[in-house]
Amino acid sequence: MESGIFFSSYAKDMALRRTHAEKIRLVLAILFVVTVPWLASNYQLTLLNQIGIAAIGAIGLNILVGFTGQISLGQGAFMAVGAYTSGLLAKNLGLPFWAAIPIASFATAAVGAFFGIPSLRLKGLYLAIVTLAAQQIIQWVITHWDYVTGGVDALVIPAPTLFGQRVNGEFRFYWIILFCLVLTIIFTVNLFRSRVGRAFIAIRDQDIAAEVMGVDLFRYKLLAFATSSFFVGLAGALIAHYRTIVSWERFTIETSILYLAMIIIGGLGSVSGSVYGAAFMVLLPALLNNFGRAMSGTIPALDRIIPFLQQGLFGIVIVLFLILEPEGLVKIWRNIKDYFRLWPFSY
Amino acid sequence: MDQFLQLTLSGLTNGAVLALAALGFVLIYKASDVLNFAQGEFLLVGAYVMFAVVGELGWHWTIGIVVTVLVAVALGVVLERLVLRPMIGEPIISLIMVTIGLSSLLRAVVSTIWGTDERAFPSFIPSDPLRVFGATVTTDKLWAIGIAALFLIAFNMFFRRSNDGIAMRAVADDQQAALSMGISVKRIFAMAWSISAVTAAIGGIIVANILGVSGNISGLGLQVFPVVILGGLDSIPGAVIGGVIIGLLQAYTGGYVGYGLNSIIPFIVLVLILMVKPYGLFGQEIIERV
Repeated sequence: MESGIFFSSYAKDMALRRTHAEKIRLVLAILFVVTVPWLASNYQLTLLNQIGIAAIGAIGLNILVGFTGQISLGQGAFMAVGAYTSGLLAKNLGLPFWAAIPIASFATAAVGAFFGIPSLRLKGLYLAIVTLAAQQIIQWVITHWDYVTGGVDALVIPAPTLFGQRVNGEFRFYWIILFCLVLTIIFTVNLFRSRVGRAFIAIRDQDIAAEVMGVDLFRYKLLAFATSSFFVGLAGALIAHYRTIVSWERFTIETSILYLAMIIIGGLGSVSGSVYGAAFMVLLPALLNNFGRAMSGTIPALDRIIPFLQQGLFGIVIVLFLILEPEGLVKIWRNIKDYFRLWPFSY
Repeated sequence: MDQFLQLTLSGLTNGAVLALAALGFVLIYKASDVLNFAQGEFLLVGAYVMFAVVGELGWHWTIGIVVTVLVAVALGVVLERLVLRPMIGEPIISLIMVTIGLSSLLRAVVSTIWGTDERAFPSFIPSDPLRVFGATVTTDKLWAIGIAALFLIAFNMFFRRSNDGIAMRAVADDQQAALSMGISVKRIFAMAWSISAVTAAIGGIIVANILGVSGNISGLGLQVFPVVILGGLDSIPGAVIGGVIIGLLQAYTGGYVGYGLNSIIPFIVLVLILMVKPYGLFGQEIIERV
């Protein structure tokens, strides 16, 4: 029976995986992601790929909202910047996707930092509204700058190739998404062990105190916007090459809200929570869809209202999580672990 | 000149509706510091309830208005009690997300019941063409402006003269002081939400009367943000003046510039205002140095 987890050296205390159970779970997770593409059906792989991309975007948003405390409603627009930049680079300049995606991510980081400038003067609600304005303005630019973006028409980009091989289909693209997701996770997890990440957290907890302790607020807020937008742009660029078609309708305010819901449900200020939240928000409508299709024989009217059921369930889930478990899935998972660690003598 | 008058009138109509929506928004913000992203859906619910009573059941429009107001009051009270009250003291992001969740839920309920197709609204306001200074306008727009103005005046009176109105201002000013004066803050919160839902529902009826009922009405909810930022988040006259300014600005850019610029000009104004005067034209300035 243990009474807690104690470490006898700083190295152990700072380690990312500190207990045996954590290490075992990491190995299991690696085994899972490596073996699953061979076992899963095409449909399941589609879902996995969507989860992977959503997880990258959610981690990006969580860096800004969950770790730095700057609320952003502009996620959809920043993803659009990544998607269109990458798509246009591939289509017009013929850049390969492995060059276009990083360039697009950096471009999104620059745009994100630009829209982060108001965060110097504005906080909380006001900042949220500015990012809402950023969303609307970027969306307008994309749909009206016909000469470059093709306006409201979808942008069709060539299928990505790697070493002369076309990277099409769910299976091949799975590895690209997995590679990007793993890099994103490793970077983000380590970011919050560094000075910069700790400065972000200090700003979230109490910005004035952070300033007093020598955190240059303006610089670090812009850095948070840029870092966050980098991964958001990466997710957008991946969507562009994954679907080989870019349409502004994928990047509206609804998208911003969806990603905010992911990190709220997964857990604010948690990398693993972002992944859980992404999985949850991708799987929930998919499950409901399957359920509707299975039941449409018995209840014919169900087909018509499935989209509304999805929307309604989306709303209910957000409200219930906020009222019942504001810390999200991560907290639920932690509670389960705590329960079993002391089982059967939990108190 | 003809076009200018036309645009001014449609701008004023739009502005009147925006002002009504913004009024409810400001009310909630003043009373409970919650930014209500579901304001557009309150408009939607109002429009559809009116549509159901007058258009589908065929009852008289006065009954329709009474029913709409009652539904709006009930909606406000229920939402406040079930959803917003457990959220007191939560961080801003949670408060924002909970109202976003509500907006999604309300929209889903409305579309499940009535579908998403645009329907003709049973116009109860006459829309005869009328010539004003050489411009032709339909009277329904004038009525809309009139009704909105009436409501705004009524609310002004409510806040100045009635006990409840004064109590609400007291809660907005200082909750603890209000509590110690024997004002029930919970009751005031519920009242703020229901009054806000009522103003929005009336706004929804006015929009539906001019444009017909469809899910697009909830899109007005987003346009409320520039209005309240321009006027000041906690200022009721600011909501009215902001609504009129944004409404006119949209009409003029739509008429003279085009390119769909009218849909984002409010947001451009919003960013500029936040850069220069973050608390809006009439908002209370809270000085905090970072």
